Amino acid sequence: MSTYGDGGLGLLGDPTRRAIFELLARQPCSVQELADRLPVSRPAVSQHLRVLKDGGLVVSHPEGNRRIYRLNPAGVTALRAWLDGVWSDALTGFHKVAEAAGEQARTDDLDLNGENP
Amino acid sequence: MTTSAPIPPITGTVTVAVPIETAFGVFTGSINSWWPHQFHIGHSDVDQVVLEPVEGGRWYERGVDGVECDWGRVLAWEPPHRLVFTWQINGMWQFDPDPARASEIEARFSADGPDQTIVTVEHRYFDRLEGGQAINDAIRGGGGWALLLDGFAKTVTDHA
Repeated sequence: MSTYGDGGLGLLGDPTRRAIFELLARQPCSVQELADRLPVSRPAVSQHLRVLKDGGLVVSHPEGNRRIYRLNPAGVTALRAWLDGVWSDALTGFHKVAEAAGEQARTDDLDLNGENP
Repeated sequence: MTTSAPIPPITGTVTVAVPIETAFGVFTGSINSWWPHQFHIGHSDVDQVVLEPVEGGRWYERGVDGVECDWGRVLAWEPPHRLVFTWQINGMWQFDPDPARASEIEARFSADGPDQTIVTVEHRYFDRLEGGQAINDAIRGGGGWALLLDGFAKTVTDHA
């Protein structure tokens, strides 16, 4: 089974958080704007924003009676967080491909030996 | 805002039920099969992801339009135990040819019995990469990230 160390999947391991992160990369948004664009509820968006903010990926400022969120301009941190998600996907993919290759090799052995090892 | 604290490396471990030679061979020779293709810096979709199996080799994407975009270089090629290569894509979503501004990926392979291998990946030296506000502009301009979001929205819809 595949595991992904050092803080689990990281801040962007959750697909909804990753989507919020990417939307904010396109443009600063309010909670409502994010909820409108994603198939998740407004409270769920707020929850994810809190995690992203605690993790230093997202900053916010008040604008009128609402709060606008955007990516923390310390861009390398954002890049690292994004790559954390990339690696999670990549290692999951590697696990799948490697074990399929192992399976194939065992099948080939079986064919060669003509019996169960 | 500027940060002076070092950016921690990304580490990941995966255990695969194959001999160490197979694990190293798949990691390097079949990187095209397991590296997520939606991550790219070229204008077109990725046709192939290539890691040249030699020290000094290139790590790059080849788009369906035939254009190759470098991602990094192979620094250490020690089959079947160790591989080090660079990630030189910066916050502007561009390849940065300066090795002084390269982040590094080290993959270590250790046999856990004849048919099991532990693969540990460390992606480090993020501080060397150039980032800054431009990363947002690059994403907004339709770099590799925007495509991810579209894929996510579709996945969620499919599972809803």
